[in-house]
Amino acid sequence: MKMDFMGVHHIMTDRITLNYEVSAEDFTRAGEASSDVKKKLKQMGVEPSTITKVAIAMYEGEINMVIHAQGGQINVVISPDEVLMKLADRGPGINDIEKAMEAGFSTAPDNIRALGFGAGMGLPNMKKYSDEMQIETEIGKGTTVTMKVFLS
Amino acid sequence: MKIKDLIDANLFTVLNQGKDVEQEITKPFCCDLLSICMSKTPKGAAWVTVMGNINTLAVLSLTDASCIILAENAVFDEPALEKAKSEGITVFRTELPVFESALAVYNLRND
Repeated sequence: MKMDFMGVHHIMTDRITLNYEVSAEDFTRAGEASSDVKKKLKQMGVEPSTITKVAIAMYEGEINMVIHAQGGQINVVISPDEVLMKLADRGPGINDIEKAMEAGFSTAPDNIRALGFGAGMGLPNMKKYSDEMQIETEIGKGTTVTMKVFLS
Repeated sequence: MKIKDLIDANLFTVLNQGKDVEQEITKPFCCDLLSICMSKTPKGAAWVTVMGNINTLAVLSLTDASCIILAENAVFDEPALEKAKSEGITVFRTELPVFESALAVYNLRND
């Protein structure tokens, strides 16, 4: 996407909405949504440390959707003040959120651990790198994680 | 030190030569757990790992590391190689262990 000054101005005064479909067990595409958001924020001239926060929080969420859920949708709204990420999956739901938030606790299977994940850092990293995080979950239905990163 | 300097030094096998070999290598960084790599890999790092799958490349592009060095002759699978080619990422491989691989980069950088 080519951006001129008017283009950037337009984006920074309005909000842009981005939607991504995450497919289950598809590691070949995992990370593409986060990369795309990162690229857009970079084009908009957002501060690198803020971009890092968004990229980490969103990538961990995206990987969680691939590992634990049957995929889902990611909706990102970038406005002048914040990046809002809503990750909604069709997975099994989280039985004990408090336990799931504990660093080191993981339910990832061995094949996932062999890929370099499953150390129980996903949700803790999402919490750490976002400025606000909210989890809504229903057993058998799915989980929606909403995260905000404020733009200074 | 640039990526092309590391290529020319012939320390490691080049599995894929990326599109920007003029990119500066800031320092070596060693880690295999992707959640840690994600948040700790320094910009421009030569990332030494034994994880040679597609996620390694996703993490590299999110962290702005400069290149990947697969230590211990770790396997770099076909989807990962395809991705490295399409994204233009430089990937090295060596039979050296992780520490020795990183040390070789460090020494070359300080020569």
